[in-house]
Amino acid sequence: MYNYNQFDHDFVRNRVKEFRGQVERRLDGSLTEDEFKPLRLMNGLYLQLHAYMLRVAIPYGTLNSRQMKQLAMISEKWDKGYGHFTTRQNIQYNWPKLKDTPDILDALADVEMHAIQTSGNCVRNVTADHFAGAAADEIEDPRPTAELLRQWSMDHPEFQFLPRKFKIAMTGSPNDRAVTKAHDIGIRMVRNDKGEPGYEILIGGGLGRTPMIGKVVREFLPKADLLPYVEAILQVYNLNGRRDNKYKARIKILVHETGIDTLREWIEEVFETQKIHHQTPPAEMIEAIEAQFQPPKFDNAKVDEDKLSKIIAADPLLRSFVETNISEHFDSNHAIVTISLKPIGGTPGDATAKQMRIMAGLAEAYGYDELRVSHEQNIILPHVRRDDLPEIYKVLKDAGLATANVGLLSDMIACPGMDYCALATARSIPVAQELSIAFEDLKLQQDIGPLKIKISGCINACGHHHVGHIGILGLDKAGVESYQITLGGDGTQTASIGERAGPGFSYEEIVPAVSRIIDCYMNIREGKNDTFLDVYRRVGADPFKEALYPEETATA
Amino acid sequence: MARVVYPKIVTANHLLEGDVIYMTASGDWSRKHEDAKLYEDRHEAEDALKFAQEQAHMLAGAYLADAQIGKNGKPEPVHFREAFRTRGPSNYPNHGKQAEV
Repeated sequence: MYNYNQFDHDFVRNRVKEFRGQVERRLDGSLTEDEFKPLRLMNGLYLQLHAYMLRVAIPYGTLNSRQMKQLAMISEKWDKGYGHFTTRQNIQYNWPKLKDTPDILDALADVEMHAIQTSGNCVRNVTADHFAGAAADEIEDPRPTAELLRQWSMDHPEFQFLPRKFKIAMTGSPNDRAVTKAHDIGIRMVRNDKGEPGYEILIGGGLGRTPMIGKVVREFLPKADLLPYVEAILQVYNLNGRRDNKYKARIKILVHETGIDTLREWIEEVFETQKIHHQTPPAEMIEAIEAQFQPPKFDNAKVDEDKLSKIIAADPLLRSFVETNISEHFDSNHAIVTISLKPIGGTPGDATAKQMRIMAGLAEAYGYDELRVSHEQNIILPHVRRDDLPEIYKVLKDAGLATANVGLLSDMIACPGMDYCALATARSIPVAQELSIAFEDLKLQQDIGPLKIKISGCINACGHHHVGHIGILGLDKAGVESYQITLGGDGTQTASIGERAGPGFSYEEIVPAVSRIIDCYMNIREGKNDTFLDVYRRVGADPFKEALYPEETATA
Repeated sequence: MARVVYPKIVTANHLLEGDVIYMTASGDWSRKHEDAKLYEDRHEAEDALKFAQEQAHMLAGAYLADAQIGKNGKPEPVHFREAFRTRGPSNYPNHGKQAEV
């Protein structure tokens, strides 16, 4: 993984020093809140419902054990002993005190981390496939490109005051695990006719008030052209994106109002100029970045698969864990482990300091010191030997981290909602908790099969509800929490925006309503391999609407 | 149906911890909603808010929130958002104000 050079170290330390001075001036009254707010937001510090919240960037979701242990230490020393992993592959602390935040940022800098550009109308943390560098289906590891984009966007003088925030996601695999089609820019690694790797570039995807699927602006971009091309997109957006209306300021609205073909012409025109004038990073700099993302030196001793199979077969819980939480690695002796942060009845994405240390310890002992945060709010051990799986499972089980539910109903995304967020219009966490308790039987969840439920506590859609197979949006309806259901959303390479099922449900009604959707699916599916999304795409919304609103449909 | 106009309280977040605070009748600040001064008169409420906003050295984000007299004769929130602010997050009953009760 990428290690800071002296420039990175100095830059981050100087930002902490600068912020320390700003906090001091706020505390002694020299700065008003109006003056201080944009400064704290530039350093990831929000003021939420009950307390401050610090959002820490985890670039493209990659961590080593030292960093994870530091996150644990920070949570114990300055917070309440836990952290919340988010859909942007960040971690959020919900209870820091203002005077402590410069010390927290210094502690982050000690392990090459920061909270810069986790807020504000700038290019945010670049996210990537959480299986990057490990997935069997990968064309190339997307992280060197994501790191290049991080360096380019960090404190970029031209792009600190964009019309609105700007999110870039990247995948190196055809199977899109990074929701690239719902980002301002989605970058997908592809090969051209000559077999050379390059990028397909999408723009204008996004969720929120006006959900849109990204459109292809360039089918194949040679790797060397990435920065001038992305810079051209940003320049066109910076100049033409709407600044008159916050709700119409994202690039998706520019794409929608201008049309992708016209916008493509504008971008290509700027790109042609950019190509001449852009200071493309020298090849040795790119190579130096790429060198830091080389796969670890794998232990290539052949795994005794017969022995492993017997061990797995002898323990039904281990078998269930392996079937559900393990993914294929490009090296046949290795596997990818997804550690679910969705225990039954727990808060999606939360991990205690103790759990963080245990995951860090596993990465050290069995995982070549690598960890990833997924946008689905889980933690990944990207490289583990297959014959270590039983031992890893045992450690996870003892730590309450072995829930075998990855990709199943209780592996939900939920934003912090009105339990924390100042923008929320309703709670989302307790809905997730109650849904997971209602379906606590993992055998039932396995029988239901792949299902993505995503819950947002407001229209901003941090919980990705639009791309949930079942999406739940919490709203304030005349002073009462109300939950709107969308159906058929998909955040993968076959992305689609879920369709609204009908009127909302009260807090008390929402779990029974989801249960009726599940019952309906189980009744009409044609066998276990007929997934919820397959069924929805085949039969449409009508049977589900009948299940959701039996009285209305009976009298219609 | 005419919209009900509720009395107001002045609330904000404490500058140091971010904890929810309420302005009392004496112009001091309390961590408890029930200590809040209830303003029936709109102009009085707006004056009180202005007074709060001038105390930037100790608070952030002051605003007026709807409230009403509860069964115990003390102010209580009208909207669920304000009710949550008096307690803390529902996923951790040991965090926030609810932990102190």
